[in-house]
Amino acid sequence: MTDTITNTEAPAPSQFRDEAARKRLKKRNAAEQRFKFYGMAAIGVALAFLVLFVFSIGSQALTAFSHHKIRFDLPLVAETVAPMGVGDTAAIAENVSGFHQLVRENLARRFPEAAAQGRERELNDLVTRLAVLPMARTTAENPGRIGETLTYFAALSDDLDLYLKGAVAPERRISLGQISFEQVRNGDSVSLRLPGSGAFLPVSNYVAGVIDGTSVLLQSGPNIVLWVGPDNGYQTFDLLTGSVEGFADAPTRARIIELPESARNVSDRQIAWTLALKEEGRITQVFNWALLTNADSTYPEIAGVLAAIVGSLFTMLITAMIAIPVGISAALYLEEYAPKNRITDLIEVNINNLAAVPSIVFGLLGAAVFINFLSLPRSAPLVGGLVLGLLTLPTMIIASRAALRAVPPSIRSAALGVGASKTQTVLHHVLPLAAPGIMTGAIIGMARALGETAPLLLIGMVAFVAEVPAGPTDEATALPVLIFKWSTGAERAWEPNTAAAIVVLLTFMVLMNALAVFVRRRFERRW
Amino acid sequence: MDETENTGGTPLIVPLTVEPAGEAPAQPTKVGCDNINVYYGDKQAIFDISMAIPERSVTSFIGPSGCGKSTFLRCINRMNDTIETARVEGKIFIDGEDVNSHHIDPVLLRSRVGMVFQKPNPFPKSIYDNIAYGPRIHGFASSRDDLDEIVEKSLTRAGLWQEVKDRLTRPGTGLSGGQQQRLCIARAIAVSPEVILMDEPCSALDPIATARIEELIDELRERFCIVIVTHSMQQAARVSQRTAFFHLGKLVEFGDTETIFTNPSDNRTQAYITGRFG
Repeated sequence: MTDTITNTEAPAPSQFRDEAARKRLKKRNAAEQRFKFYGMAAIGVALAFLVLFVFSIGSQALTAFSHHKIRFDLPLVAETVAPMGVGDTAAIAENVSGFHQLVRENLARRFPEAAAQGRERELNDLVTRLAVLPMARTTAENPGRIGETLTYFAALSDDLDLYLKGAVAPERRISLGQISFEQVRNGDSVSLRLPGSGAFLPVSNYVAGVIDGTSVLLQSGPNIVLWVGPDNGYQTFDLLTGSVEGFADAPTRARIIELPESARNVSDRQIAWTLALKEEGRITQVFNWALLTNADSTYPEIAGVLAAIVGSLFTMLITAMIAIPVGISAALYLEEYAPKNRITDLIEVNINNLAAVPSIVFGLLGAAVFINFLSLPRSAPLVGGLVLGLLTLPTMIIASRAALRAVPPSIRSAALGVGASKTQTVLHHVLPLAAPGIMTGAIIGMARALGETAPLLLIGMVAFVAEVPAGPTDEATALPVLIFKWSTGAERAWEPNTAAAIVVLLTFMVLMNALAVFVRRRFERRW
Repeated sequence: MDETENTGGTPLIVPLTVEPAGEAPAQPTKVGCDNINVYYGDKQAIFDISMAIPERSVTSFIGPSGCGKSTFLRCINRMNDTIETARVEGKIFIDGEDVNSHHIDPVLLRSRVGMVFQKPNPFPKSIYDNIAYGPRIHGFASSRDDLDEIVEKSLTRAGLWQEVKDRLTRPGTGLSGGQQQRLCIARAIAVSPEVILMDEPCSALDPIATARIEELIDELRERFCIVIVTHSMQQAARVSQRTAFFHLGKLVEFGDTETIFTNPSDNRTQAYITGRFG
């Protein structure tokens, strides 16, 4: 039989080509696709959070980075401005009362109705007392000009600033066209009314749908009236500022502020005065340099981060002086010289443990050792820097050891082979090659220390500091602590200020990280 | 066979001269080793090795991987000191001086006994600085001119001068593998060592670069005592005058290269050189 001669047994079908194999392949490919998708989804989620974070902080901070200022043309009356004499510039520079008096008089002249209605206080609140300090200081630099009339700018009160930025209450504006009021004399008082409801209809229709207590302001140029309500088929109004006759000159716009006056920090009158000043061009929105050049203040409109930045810089200086040299030396010894035995193992484990100790514990240590035991000054960058230096030290040692370990042993052999001593090998070859890695570790460690808040709270760097510190032993605060403090502020205006301070802190962080990347790229050596 | 009979030789310099049965070495002994045992922790890597390495000649160490050739080589310049677990017993003499004695500084010893490694390992510095580093740290050159001269002489001896003389400031790591290895040899000879140890210097190189290094080794024989560890038996046969065959941490046979390759006395050597193991 031919069967016996030819090999009838077909070659075993390949395990990789049958139907089952195709299915396995399909399954495996699907699993791979799925895995890739999970990874991309994770990155997508992370990016989404980042974008959300940057957007929310950024949009908040934007409102704080610009603010409204009022222009004043002030006649510098010598008795008010320089009661101690023109020569005493130090007194002029601190004469907040005198300048605020000038500002108050200026506002009172512009808005005489405030005095007539006994509302001077409301008017005076347009400019915070301390907001005139820059005026006093610039005048003190040029005392010869006292007696002249000079132009100054002062920050608008934070609540009105927020109102102009649209952050106080939802507001609806409706154009009403030309309106003329009927004046009804009723004894001493004059009330205003509109005949019929024709021109006012869009407003009354809208107001009917929203909550009680809504304020409606009608503005035509610098003239503003407040809607009181319907009366006998008439809509009646109160004149807040300006004149009724003025309404004939320009078209009228209605502002419907959908929050009762009692629930706001700004009164209808203050809004009216602010709008009138804005209409005249006396209020302008400018970049808020004060935020970067001022120290902290109890008034959000003149508070700034400069003192905190300087405090943070001094703190970082001390931190760097502790963490970098000690960290590098410790890492060098452990990596290059130390024998491997139980003691070095113990040290190594404890360094790793130390890196995981919560930062607030370091704060307690700082308070107990540096302040109580060594009697170093409280609230000083010196102590803050020491504590943050200890906090950064383990990270620094770990990063430096990793960088040293990454230097190939062949370089050490080469140096030892030409007769270099251990120290020469380390200093001439190993350390320079590890330097980019060590620097990167140092910068990232410092960036972390820059953002630390908890230990600084415990050593008293949370104090209110209105003066830029001049040295590491002065009372100071740090940026993250300032953020913490501002975020607990009661006034609404602290909120954008906090966001702005966060942006400043993040800018420093990004700069430091960029520097780390730059150092790594620039000095990295390949072999 | 015992190769460490102290028979005198030239007694002023060499207390240990080895007279392997029948054949007198052409050169006096430079490095003498007496009952060397090396331990890595509890594990013994080298067992009772004694040998005499002659001056101005090339001695090659051959043997299968892990047989202790490199470990033994590293005893000669005390590089094993840098390995924490390593422990060396026995005596090694260079010109009759015990290298393990207390008054020998291992750092100075290493400048007297240069070393070239398996993988070319130039410093990530310029070609010039690679050569100048040794003379600089030992204070050999009093002026820039002296240093220039040393660099040129070393590179010339290493056969690299013509190729690199126009780019001395370029990084040494930018050279080809063969050039890098010759740079390392130049770096080793720049400190005027007495002995040069080479640990498989050609294993990472192509045949042409290997041939150049072998030529170079042959030239350097005029001035230095060279010990080379190699996996290539052809290389050992080509460049060396004396060959030592190691197996499992023991010195199996040591003698003239020609004898080892044509008429080995031990059958393990026979088996290895004919390719039956290793």
